[in-house]
Amino acid sequence: MAQSKSSAATKKKASGSADGGSKAKPELPSKKESGELLETMMVIRRFEEEAGRQYQKAKAGGFLHLAIGEEATIVGTTSVMHEDDYLIGTYRTHGHAIARGTDPKRVMAELFGRVDGTSGGRGGSMHIFDLERRFMGGYGIVGGTLPLAAGLGLASDYRGEDTVTVCMFGDGATNTGNFGETMNLAALWKLPVVFLVENNLYGMGTSLERHSAVTNLSEKASCMGIPGERIDGMDVLAVRECVAEHVRLAREQREPTLVEAFTYRYRGHSAADPEIYREKQEVEEWQRKDPIESFAGRLVSDGAIDEEEIAAMRERAEQIVLEAVAFADASPEPDLDSLYDHLYVVGEQVPGWYAVDERSPDPHPGEEERRAGERAQELAERGAAYAGPGASRRREAGGDHPDPDARPEDVA
Amino acid sequence: MATLRMREALRDAMAEEMRGDESVFLMGEDVGVFQGAFKVSEGLLDEFGERRVRDTPISENTIVGMGVGAAMAGLRPIVEIMTVNFSLLAMDMIVNHAAAIPYMFGGQVRVPLVIRMPGGGGHQLGPTHSHSFEALFLQIPGLLVACPSTPADGKGLLKAAIRDDNPVIFIEHETLYGSRGEVPDGGDHYLDFGEAAIRREGGDVTIVGLLRMAETAQQAAQTLANEHGVEAEVIDPRTLRPLDLDTILESVAKTNHAVIVEEGWPHGGVGANLAALIQEQAFDALDAPVQRVTGADVPMPYSKRLEQAAMPHSEHIVSAALASLEGSV
Repeated sequence: MAQSKSSAATKKKASGSADGGSKAKPELPSKKESGELLETMMVIRRFEEEAGRQYQKAKAGGFLHLAIGEEATIVGTTSVMHEDDYLIGTYRTHGHAIARGTDPKRVMAELFGRVDGTSGGRGGSMHIFDLERRFMGGYGIVGGTLPLAAGLGLASDYRGEDTVTVCMFGDGATNTGNFGETMNLAALWKLPVVFLVENNLYGMGTSLERHSAVTNLSEKASCMGIPGERIDGMDVLAVRECVAEHVRLAREQREPTLVEAFTYRYRGHSAADPEIYREKQEVEEWQRKDPIESFAGRLVSDGAIDEEEIAAMRERAEQIVLEAVAFADASPEPDLDSLYDHLYVVGEQVPGWYAVDERSPDPHPGEEERRAGERAQELAERGAAYAGPGASRRREAGGDHPDPDARPEDVA
Repeated sequence: MATLRMREALRDAMAEEMRGDESVFLMGEDVGVFQGAFKVSEGLLDEFGERRVRDTPISENTIVGMGVGAAMAGLRPIVEIMTVNFSLLAMDMIVNHAAAIPYMFGGQVRVPLVIRMPGGGGHQLGPTHSHSFEALFLQIPGLLVACPSTPADGKGLLKAAIRDDNPVIFIEHETLYGSRGEVPDGGDHYLDFGEAAIRREGGDVTIVGLLRMAETAQQAAQTLANEHGVEAEVIDPRTLRPLDLDTILESVAKTNHAVIVEEGWPHGGVGANLAALIQEQAFDALDAPVQRVTGADVPMPYSKRLEQAAMPHSEHIVSAALASLEGSV
């Protein structure tokens, strides 16, 4: 489709660095912190490149959405969050988890669908989650994270805690009903949430000016009482400085705000994207403002870090990612008999065995393909457990349901 | 024992759990100042204040989603949806999020959320306020589904639901809000999910009825006994997930005949599911095909005459039971 190529106007807008030009260059943080910012961005970049390669080799299945090009927005944001703040994001969040401190090995293992993955192979690339680091998930439904983020904010507010929730989502999500509903509620209830739109200029293959009547997304929630600010999402220091202020507003003044980070994904929407909706030249223009190269260049020119140190960082990032692949490859596939694990929590408060599947244990017509010898029969029998006189017997025999004492600590 | 209306029993359940656990709170459209569209939350705002009884804008998906988020962070929200029809606006949060999150994140997080909603016909509210969606929720793994028919069950199941660590769809019936019944005194009346109640014992035919149809089934059983010499056993499943199938199968093994009654639609309904389960697991016990009595296969009409024609009544159940007995092979 000819009109699907992005217009010159968008390119002009997109290649301008929002209002970054009028501001003074942010100061460099300490050498240690600067190094961490750069190295984390490098790890994410290499992780994503490698994930793409592994996907091509069919080690990872499903859809694969890579954040190459968006590293500064991710790392700049997480670098100013407290450990007990919540981060919640989209289906493009391998890097968000890594930036929050999740071991890249476990993220890669999740992509591989293995037991050592962040969700034990139940979530996959789109559904990374790490409760310990308060990374509250990647989600496959566009806009689905917005209400959840408001709920996390409500919990902080309800308990009088000063934790902040940062909710990151794409430009496409600003068109969902959830966006309007959530902005209104967050403003109405003064919830400590920073909404951050990672505006990479495309909702899948539909460009910003073709999907949103208002293209300045930072203004899109103003009618709901949420003020916004637009930043250059390719500049890690600009992101850091801006998000720090918005996190402070949320934490100290209970002012939810909307940050629009202008960024760009070099790769397609997913690995299955032929990219017929944009010109190669546009991608190349953005690559010239590469967040990693530009920050590395600044560190070198300011004399903060030398070329040798940068080369060592690249080498470390390479090692981390290769180890992640080796780890994921060595991690076992989930056991078939774990199929029903984690579907229900069997609590102590209300005794009872929750039905999973009340059908008879015998294989049903059309289900022969599920049979894998005796294991399938055992599974079907276990699956056929339903509440009733036999419940306690089955409970004793089961043994694979979660031990209530082993659950992650309630954060209440 | 005290005699309470269903709405009072439900209110007491919420109030008792809120008194006992600071993390329990209620939110929904007009649950506070208005005291609930059906007055179920009467008095709660006065007792607990605006922090714990929260009036929300009309934003169903976001209200439920905020409940999911708050539950993930360790609270125990009760979200009221004004009618089951409006829950369709929140299906993304119910199915793609609440039900899936514990599983898709490998058990790292729980969603102890109760979503209450009233449904059912009989009030001339037409096709957007009168439906019965038990079957929609019954289908979704990860949810628990309760459908109480008496004040005692309403209270016991709601208290249990609030304490449960799983997301619970709690379906109430608009017509039953005013019905009275004995409710055990004291604050420790909890009912286990997955335990059906035998409302009437009998050896000739098993009638399974849920929500308001549990009551209608008992009327039908009385008629069957008085006018036809047929002793029906009436079973109220009380929860659909988990389902107490054993009690139903044991009854069918005794009576060899089964009739299932629901207000919802026939295709893919509660009865369709249960009929499949009975024939799969008790085929040899059956002397006749399982009979279903359901709502008519139409959006609920407004006209009183048409609305009543679209809903199951005692006479339909009597006919179905007699047809089953006559059809014995």
